Amino acid sequence: MAIKLESKAPSGPIETRWERHRFEMKLVNPANRRKYKVIVVGTGLAGGAGAASLGEMGYNVLSFCYQDSPRRAHSIAAQGGINAAKNYKNDGDSIYRLFYDTVKGGDFRARESNVYRLAQLSVAIIDQCVAQGVPFAREYGGLLDNRSFGGAQVSRTFYARGQTGQQLLLGAYQSLARQTEAGTVKSFPRTEMLDVIVVNGVARGIVTRDMVSGKVEAHLADAVVLATGGYGNVFFLSTNAKGCNGTAVWRAHRKGAVFANPCFTQIHPTCIPAAGDYQSKLTLMSESLRNDGRVWVPKNADDCAKDPAEIAEKDRDYYLERIYPSFGNLVPRDIASRRAKMVCDEGRGVGSEVDGVRRGVYLDFRDAIKRLGEGKIRERYGNLFDMYERITGENPYKVPMRIYPATHYTMGGLWVDYNLMTTVPGLFAAGEANFSDHGANRLGASALMQGLADGYFVLPYVIGNYLATAQLEKIDESHIEVKRALAEVEERIDKLLSIGGERTPDSFHRELGNIIWNQCGMARNAKGLENALEKIPALREEFWKNLKVTGTGESLNQTLEKAGRVADFMELGELMCRDALARDESCGCHYREEHVTEEGEAKRNDSDYQYVAAWEFSGDVSKPTLHKESLEFEYVKPVQRSYK
Amino acid sequence: MSKNMNLTLHVWRQKAASDAGGFETYKADDISEHMSFLEMLDVVNERLLADGKEPIAFDSDCREGICGMCGLVINGVPHGPNAATTTCQLHMRHFSDGDEITIEPWRAHAFPVLRDLVVDRGAFDRIIQAGGYISVNAGSAPEANGLPVPKPDADKAMDAAQCIGCGACVAACPNASAMLFVAAKASHLGLLPQGQTERYERVKNMVAQMDKEGFGHCTNHYECMKACPKEINVEFIARLNRDLVRATLIEKEHEDTGGGTG
Repeated sequence: MAIKLESKAPSGPIETRWERHRFEMKLVNPANRRKYKVIVVGTGLAGGAGAASLGEMGYNVLSFCYQDSPRRAHSIAAQGGINAAKNYKNDGDSIYRLFYDTVKGGDFRARESNVYRLAQLSVAIIDQCVAQGVPFAREYGGLLDNRSFGGAQVSRTFYARGQTGQQLLLGAYQSLARQTEAGTVKSFPRTEMLDVIVVNGVARGIVTRDMVSGKVEAHLADAVVLATGGYGNVFFLSTNAKGCNGTAVWRAHRKGAVFANPCFTQIHPTCIPAAGDYQSKLTLMSESLRNDGRVWVPKNADDCAKDPAEIAEKDRDYYLERIYPSFGNLVPRDIASRRAKMVCDEGRGVGSEVDGVRRGVYLDFRDAIKRLGEGKIRERYGNLFDMYERITGENPYKVPMRIYPATHYTMGGLWVDYNLMTTVPGLFAAGEANFSDHGANRLGASALMQGLADGYFVLPYVIGNYLATAQLEKIDESHIEVKRALAEVEERIDKLLSIGGERTPDSFHRELGNIIWNQCGMARNAKGLENALEKIPALREEFWKNLKVTGTGESLNQTLEKAGRVADFMELGELMCRDALARDESCGCHYREEHVTEEGEAKRNDSDYQYVAAWEFSGDVSKPTLHKESLEFEYVKPVQRSYK
Repeated sequence: MSKNMNLTLHVWRQKAASDAGGFETYKADDISEHMSFLEMLDVVNERLLADGKEPIAFDSDCREGICGMCGLVINGVPHGPNAATTTCQLHMRHFSDGDEITIEPWRAHAFPVLRDLVVDRGAFDRIIQAGGYISVNAGSAPEANGLPVPKPDADKAMDAAQCIGCGACVAACPNASAMLFVAAKASHLGLLPQGQTERYERVKNMVAQMDKEGFGHCTNHYECMKACPKEINVEFIARLNRDLVRATLIEKEHEDTGGGTG
């Protein structure tokens, strides 16, 4: 298949691109919408909002999630907030500034048209959510409150205590529930998508496995939306939910959807450090904590094992405030994360040793408590402090928190055009599952914004346009491609169950995660990546020879579920490393140690790498084909990011 | 320093909904106090798998106390011994070397066991579908600051909205009532000006669905509030009951006057 990457981004003044595009798109008559079937996989902010909105319009929607209820998708765990260019604080915010900040924050590796649309739609998202009853924080006058968040110099973040994602997701879930009751949406919980059905090059359905009965089934439709989240769990340890996986996007990739910028993975600076080798996941604490907490490590490595209370002020290194005087503790995520790694690599980390190294830095609220009182701090961060204490057994009102970076979000994902369509016609990707808006680094409080923008306000238009213009042949389950996809899925399940080896899916997953974390994590270099590219295929080979899965396919079998996901991570992880090796520059989260400014920051190479790296599956996992979508910056001129 | 402990687990095993099920006993040796309860079960499962046995099935997802997917009855208490803590956030430092721990699924007629410790909570989704929402289509919302909400009301709505839908309230209730769950959603929406139009219909429909699902009635034991990991207050149940009475009166009024359902 000859892939041509056409962004379909409109030209002309950026302020009116979306408006003009919306007018140019074709519509489906309201009376005809129920005749179209749309599959939406995933029920997080993008999938939940998308399925609900399509249902409201009258389409016939099938909604799938692996959790026991659509309400549990991992968007629910986002704590800090959602950005919107409302400028309620009268502090100089605007759609243009949110657009500018997002393009710059993404280190000039995102598509301008998409980002501008995102900033525009942010405003309507807040209106929509408030109308649904999302209980955002309010001021005493009853109007909405805002705060400044992770790297922004304006207060544009809306929040609901430390549970913003939960409240936004429940809003979307309730809208979805309303449509389920109305009969426009049919919900399939505990159902995992295991393949895309492509007929004559067009996406026409999915193959799923009922996770309770084990039944493998085909579902056919006129369009398929993947809103299945990110692939951060490739690292095994991440802030993602245990069930988050890359299977949907990877299966789509193998069926022809090009995968963009897979190496762009965000490492979040404020997570609770790992306590031991049994660690099953890492817990993020909202980076809003950096508004009042001060990050430091001891100046002298000899002090690292000491009780922090005994370390005098002059012996503390508030390294972010020292290196970045104007942004201080609020530098963007990638910078905060990398600096934490650097001070720990220098041997100045704190907390208990895991594998012989102390990997943690202090996030200290002593001064903020002195300035504002414990009550105020409790009001702002009470639930986060409680959570920290539950996990670590330490009281952060008395002892400084310990934090360390962890994988949190993947900017990379399925390549999509301006219409959120992948390179497979009829197959769309929304939310974290696509690559489109965040470039090489996502700003805080922008993931929720993108998920809901895609779900409430982009999918309803672009899906309609597709359905109104596509010439779809009538197919049913007897079609050869449907039968083939079903047979492939069943064969793969049988294979996973029948290897009869010695190692568990988790043990393979941990080993894979370690390789990728060490070689394709916060800092990367050619030698390390080449090393990973030798290790991963070998590990994959061992996986298919030495995997152990007990039980059967015809029942609830969590080991089998894990095995299938790890099998896909084994391939996706390799592509990440390949992409990281091919991008011989630093940008945003992608920090190649060979390309660093004198000040130790990521050094971009715009003349050679100002493009989206879009990888096509060639049939051989180790030999993907690279396509490039070059990026043009008509409005925000590329500059070296500086937060000093 | 980290302390390790040896434990004995009595775990409910059940192959499928149709199976009778029963307890099995497992040794859990060398468990670190810093492990979460579910990480302890992960370790046990890895050992079972290594021995060629089927691991214990249990639900969990976010493992940070917000998705509501996990939920085990630990020594007879939903989510275990710690207040305001989901199972995934419970850590082994609250147990001691030599402890015997009984682990069961939620027990309620409306939550059938699917396998081992995994139950079907679809009834909760159906209650929300019956009315746990504000009817507003994407695109039709007015400007967000056009409708000020007094901060105390917004805060109280948020207190109720924190419910994670885990079902511990049902598991803790001697009647397996879902009143706290229903009250939390009805109060969240009913406390806000946006939720007034459908307030009484919502309450009526949600409670009717709850009854249909086979949940029991509330007889004021307050065990639900004790088990709730988000500490949702039973005062919301009183609020729900008041709204329910008014809903019935409104209905009667409309019947008498032949009016609409408003």
